[in-house]
Amino acid sequence: MTYKGYEMVIGLETHVELKTDTKIFCSCPTSFGAEPNTHVCPVCMGYPGTLPVLNGKVVEYAVKAGMATNCTIARYSKEDRKNYFYPDLPKAYQISQYDLPLCEHGWLDIESETGTKRIGITRIHIEEDAGKLVHDDEYGTLIDCNRCGVPLIEIVSEPDMRSAEEAVAYLRKLRAIILYTGVSDCKMQEGSLRCDVNLSVRKIGETRFGTRTEMKNLNSFQFIAKAIEYEFKRQVDAVEKGETIIQETRRFDSVTGKTSAMRSKEDANDYRYFPDPDLPPIIMSEAELARLQGQIPALPDQRKREYVEKYGISSYNGEMLTGQVEIADYFEAGAKLTKHPKVLGNLIISEIFRLLPQDSADIPISAANMAKIADMYGEGLINSGTAKKLVNRLWEQDADPAEIVEREGLGQINDREKLAAVVAEVIAKNPKSVEDFRKGKLQAVKALMGQVMGRTGGRGNPALIQEILDAELAKLR
Amino acid sequence: MSEITKLTVRELARAMEAGQLTSEEITAGYLKSIEQNDEKVNGYITVTADMALAAARAADKARRDGEKAPLLGVPAAIKDNICTKGLKTTCASKMLWNFVPPYDATVMEKLSAQGVPVLGKANMDEFAMGSSTENSAFKITRNPRNLDRVPGGSSGGSAAVVAADEAPFALGSDTGGSIRQPAAFCGVVGMKPTYGRVSRYGLVAFASSLDQIGPLTKTVEDNALVLNAIAGYDSHDATSVNNEYPDFTSGIGKGVKGMKIALLKQSFGDGISGEVKSSVLNAARVFEGLGAEIVELSMPSLEKALPAYYVISSAEASSNLARFDGVRYGYRSENYSDITELYENSRSEGFGPEVKRRIMLGTFALSSGYYDAYYKKALQMRTIIMEEYRHIFESCDIILSPVAPTVAYKIGEKSQNPLEMYLGDIYTVPVNIGGIPSLSLPCGSDADGLPIGMQLMGRHFDEATLYRAGAAFEAEKGAYHLERGAF
Repeated sequence: MTYKGYEMVIGLETHVELKTDTKIFCSCPTSFGAEPNTHVCPVCMGYPGTLPVLNGKVVEYAVKAGMATNCTIARYSKEDRKNYFYPDLPKAYQISQYDLPLCEHGWLDIESETGTKRIGITRIHIEEDAGKLVHDDEYGTLIDCNRCGVPLIEIVSEPDMRSAEEAVAYLRKLRAIILYTGVSDCKMQEGSLRCDVNLSVRKIGETRFGTRTEMKNLNSFQFIAKAIEYEFKRQVDAVEKGETIIQETRRFDSVTGKTSAMRSKEDANDYRYFPDPDLPPIIMSEAELARLQGQIPALPDQRKREYVEKYGISSYNGEMLTGQVEIADYFEAGAKLTKHPKVLGNLIISEIFRLLPQDSADIPISAANMAKIADMYGEGLINSGTAKKLVNRLWEQDADPAEIVEREGLGQINDREKLAAVVAEVIAKNPKSVEDFRKGKLQAVKALMGQVMGRTGGRGNPALIQEILDAELAKLR
Repeated sequence: MSEITKLTVRELARAMEAGQLTSEEITAGYLKSIEQNDEKVNGYITVTADMALAAARAADKARRDGEKAPLLGVPAAIKDNICTKGLKTTCASKMLWNFVPPYDATVMEKLSAQGVPVLGKANMDEFAMGSSTENSAFKITRNPRNLDRVPGGSSGGSAAVVAADEAPFALGSDTGGSIRQPAAFCGVVGMKPTYGRVSRYGLVAFASSLDQIGPLTKTVEDNALVLNAIAGYDSHDATSVNNEYPDFTSGIGKGVKGMKIALLKQSFGDGISGEVKSSVLNAARVFEGLGAEIVELSMPSLEKALPAYYVISSAEASSNLARFDGVRYGYRSENYSDITELYENSRSEGFGPEVKRRIMLGTFALSSGYYDAYYKKALQMRTIIMEEYRHIFESCDIILSPVAPTVAYKIGEKSQNPLEMYLGDIYTVPVNIGGIPSLSLPCGSDADGLPIGMQLMGRHFDEATLYRAGAAFEAEKGAYHLERGAF
């Protein structure tokens, strides 16, 4: 996307909560939604004298995420302290990784307007989450430490994205890959996937980067896209007015759709990173790496390639179907049962996705019944409107769609003579529309088409009706 | 009964085993000694008489039930930076004046499993920063050998209460000499174990890569007995080392014949008092007389250990002490209107000047633009020092050196001059930088009768050899404290 001759440059920092049973440095549970300050102990509360001991599962999960995104895994890495004061950070430092992250130099492919695009992944490192501040009218600001010490990976991309669509495609792809590896549930609503957007602008053709701003903790794909579009225009307009972009952190207001400054680089902390002396270095053996590599399942791109080759599904639709492992499994189960897997794929994308809430893959219709709808539609036994109605009905209560079609006579009317009769009737009864058509209003055809479909109880074969209607109208011209 | 407090840990344990004494009698005896003497010594911040007596009675009952742990019923003093569940742990700081830990340090769990009653929490320099215990926010501990003198620090309270017969043994912590130097000043025995030998879980951190907990006792054998009880791997401390450890008393009585003991040229240079120097060199002759071989070696980087130590320890401290912010526990200023003021005022009012000095120093050393010049360079120096130690221990079993350049100085004499105070750590800090074990024990006294200490340093995890040599010296020359008694 360009604006006034400028393009945007986007890099993303994504925080993903790992779904280990226990926290990164103690044995408190990580589960979401508990009563405040019940999943805590002296270690995650940062009590004097306590020490962190690294949860080995955290390393395993992070390495898996790195392997699934084509990263080089460090044989030797370490943990560092990031020092700053904030009430949600009990030790006044966060244990993170500074100069020797666990994973580096990875990439993933996205489908963009111009085809497949490769986005670089600079690094993935492990760190602990902070607590949560709860602002209460009566008591003031309260601290919930349940989240203190929940393991996170931070995934830093290269500044390779040039539009909101690409940024969202990257995030969707990243989310899909992480979900496949099973190391996180990536629920944006619960904050287990959070994203910071770094954005700068430059004149098209310029190779140097402009000054970037950072937008923090955007918690839906929609907000990310909106924030990017707003911030892009804001920066371009500012540059055009001769203003200087300040390196700063900005907040996105989802109500106004605008971003505003939170704090500038000048106020930024000097985090005084240094190696955490409480934690020995992390050493990965070749045997351990081989073991973890063996646990990486077939990833979205691999399954997507299969769909393209085997079923003739477009690359773009393949990307959609493989976004969640449960959806891909569902599609594959149904594809085995239908003669029209491509139709099934389209039905899932157009009808099922319409009904699924965000972050969910819980489909109440069995794959077998969806396969039957695909078969009937693919064979021309029902039309698209009926297919949609069937999905809506089965979503409420799953049943055999073929029986419903049979019992309720929902089969498509493919009888040319029958349809021609209806067309003739509609033309006769709608002289106004015919007149409009003569005057060149193409809208009129759609109105007539709707009339015909209505008189067939929504069951007419739309292609056939269109053909007959076009022929009849041509005669009247 | 009055003799109870003269006995060693070993003797107390034997007397209880033989049914001659009970833990309750012993504990009551020590509590009486505390009552009589601690007004002068000021070694304790908190005395826990009722808890100690209850634990003593429980120990006596356990013994009747057949329990036989080596330290069962022997009471102890604990430095006030080691967390004790339900018992105030202040680090001698206003910042933690009211802090009651919700958990026990691993060493406390171990002592408690052995049935050790806790007499109280010993005074120290605030957050273990200092060499004289004058930096305590609460009181100044006096040296029982001469009440006008400092007991050393930072474990000055721990050393003083053992020297004053107010505890048969004490736990201290040693980051740059904080067990060994007060042991030397007070004429008792102190061990800084190998880094990783004793769990640090529950020790309020000063400098995480240097801190170790260790025992202070009247004799070398007692010291080995206590280390037996507190050493070992702990799954709560990732820096504790998972290896088998021997009975630390096993070498005692076997002598030093054939041992190679090194004297480092750099340990007897400028700044050392003549009496300390000759006393330590005399000790070398004693070892020689006992059949050890004395060799003179050079350790070129030894003098670089002191600046490296002050950079590393202050850097780590600046981060470790950041959690004391007035939000969750400890001291909170009454004067604030927002979170920044709460932090600033709580820390400004809660920390003493030496702690602030180290936090400032460490914060500076880690700051962007200075990290490479200070912290990184100090780490490089640490690698060199470790390498030089490794090289020396290829050909020697023990390095013998003074503990401090002087005997205990007068209270107030150095407290206004931090740099001079830091220089007093010159012989002790290299040990922490190298992570090696070191045993501090008395080797004589000066003309005024003040004790002089020597330290025996050894290979990583070779504390047993140090105890063996220390016990041989003690057998030859007598245990300083037992010879002289308290005061």
